[in-house]
Amino acid sequence: MADTWYLAGFIAVAAAATFATRVIPFLFFQRHTEHPLVRHLGRYLPAAVMALLATVFLQRSATWNNALPGLDALLPAILVVGIHLWRRNALLSITSGTIAYMVIVQLNLIQA
Amino acid sequence: MNQSVFRLTLPILFGYLPLGMAFGVLFATQLDYPWWAAPVMGILIYAGAGQILAVSLLAAGAGLLEVFVAMFVLNARHLFYGLSLLGQFHGAGWRKIYLIFGLTDETYSLLTSRRRTGDKHYEQTVDFRITLFNQCYWVAGCALGALLGANVAFDSTGIEFALVALFIVLTIEQFKALGDIFPIATGAAAAGIAILVLPAAHQLVGAIVVVSVVLLVHYHKNRGLKPTEGVNNG
Repeated sequence: MADTWYLAGFIAVAAAATFATRVIPFLFFQRHTEHPLVRHLGRYLPAAVMALLATVFLQRSATWNNALPGLDALLPAILVVGIHLWRRNALLSITSGTIAYMVIVQLNLIQA
Repeated sequence: MNQSVFRLTLPILFGYLPLGMAFGVLFATQLDYPWWAAPVMGILIYAGAGQILAVSLLAAGAGLLEVFVAMFVLNARHLFYGLSLLGQFHGAGWRKIYLIFGLTDETYSLLTSRRRTGDKHYEQTVDFRITLFNQCYWVAGCALGALLGANVAFDSTGIEFALVALFIVLTIEQFKALGDIFPIATGAAAAGIAILVLPAAHQLVGAIVVVSVVLLVHYHKNRGLKPTEGVNNG
């Protein structure tokens, strides 16, 4: 039973901490939505964060200690870029890249 | 509307189902709690990396203060997301609290990159449904993963690349919408620096701090040159 209470407390605290990170800007900056700095961040931040997330998670998907470091993730990534620039169909780009990555990783096509 | 929202959120479905299942499997195999606690966490906490970290904290029986600090720091990047959506969520009424609660990486990327009409109320309704759909995918993934435990029927190794592919696609969409490579180069460079100098657990926060500093400097350098931008996505 003590375990159940610990789990309940844990979930409550984790939920509060996560929600705090999401709500703080709205609590403290709500009256400054027309401020040029907020508009500046609104304009550039999403693109910067997207490139950042893509880079970080791409790096984590890759194997770096083999003969062709990073290629197992870089090749599918290049495929995603190419197909997306060609057809601009998000689902098609994501599916092809993911299948390519799964094939490379599962069949160990890029040897260590 | 639901059909177009579903189509819009389909890539998130492919990212969230396997990631939620990964969390569920991890939860069910590493911990002794009932399986339904995994989807409950998906409903109440709703954070991908956060919940996966939570499994190791639960396994270690971490103190609640430690849990708060760890979860806050891991999710600190969300502090910067809200800033760019202040205008977009303004006046959303009762929906606003849920829009804020559901502001994950993926939902944020979708809300900031999709095409919008001038009808703000309608767009906020769409934003709300996108957020709700995404959380449903996530909770379903958590539940499925916890139920299946270790018995995944097919070799799903590598399916998590869907999330990387999604971020790449959204970066390209951001570039096309903005027509400016500067923020994308900044984000990629900041991530590169963070990867080189920081341990994995701090790379996202570190890179976001670098990006924020660069954007602040960029703002101050350009402030004298031109008046407030008239075009934005908010």
